[in-house]
Amino acid sequence: MKIIVNAEPREVSNETLEDALTELEFTSPAVATALNGRFVPREDYPKTSLSEGDRLEVLAPMQGG
Amino acid sequence: MQLYGTDISSRLLLGTAQYPSPAVLQKAIETSRAEIITVSLRRETADGSGAGFWGLLKDSGCKILPNTAGCHSVQEAVVTAQMARELFGTDWIKLEVIGNSDTLQPDVFGLVEAARLLCADGFKVFPYTTDDLVVGEKLLEAGCELLMPWGAPIGSGQGLRNPEALRAMRAHFPDVPLIVDAGIGRPSDAARAMELGMDAVLLNTAVAKAGDPVLMAQAMAQAIEAGRNGYIADPMDPRDMAVPSTPTLGMAELI
Repeated sequence: MKIIVNAEPREVSNETLEDALTELEFTSPAVATALNGRFVPREDYPKTSLSEGDRLEVLAPMQGG
Repeated sequence: MQLYGTDISSRLLLGTAQYPSPAVLQKAIETSRAEIITVSLRRETADGSGAGFWGLLKDSGCKILPNTAGCHSVQEAVVTAQMARELFGTDWIKLEVIGNSDTLQPDVFGLVEAARLLCADGFKVFPYTTDDLVVGEKLLEAGCELLMPWGAPIGSGQGLRNPEALRAMRAHFPDVPLIVDAGIGRPSDAARAMELGMDAVLLNTAVAKAGDPVLMAQAMAQAIEAGRNGYIADPMDPRDMAVPSTPTLGMAELI
């Protein structure tokens, strides 16, 4: 299915967020995610299902003021 | 000073953005002796660049204060705060809800609403606000235990545009920690903020964009300490006319 990951269209075959993140090679533990504008806690990754057209944000630590 | 029950001895809070290199950032943090550094969250890149920066942060030994920089709505700020809490393992959040892209002025209406939601959810909110007293009161009612009024627009380096308003904040909120966030350009600005009775100063651009960021980090730390001591020492009031400092008693008659 096609989903939007950090504003880029991506194709994923896995249906859970847990597996999709691995498929998309977001393997760093230093990331946090939001799906369709809602925060998804890490412990919910295995039970969070993805649907066609979902918007996934994967954020990492960055310099800030 | 105590911020949300945590003892903090350094009154300089340092931002981590815009340094010429990670090595300079690391050195500036050390030299400033800051105990709290601010960070942000951005989209992870394919090379996993966020992980390297996270390593540097942990090595610094500082307390991490994540921000919601760039958020223009309550929803964005709240979700960013939730992501930051998990990512950085802290319930501290520097809450920014920006109302205007040119001035980066806080949207104080959105700020109060987001602060209420986050405080109710257990966050310890550091609100980036204006020097408006009523907004300050609303933020405290929302559950904030400190306020971070701006000195001037973010990154402008203009210094304190309205020192009288900061003085009024100090008088109006005698027991609330006040941290000047944004607008400081020079060490004298930071010293001035501290002389007005502010509890601390949060800096980033003024250090990162100095010709020598490490030396500027030191200069800022010295200015903040000097300003704080000056405030505690209770300065004399200015006088209109000269008053001799050398005793006039016992002057010789030499003509």
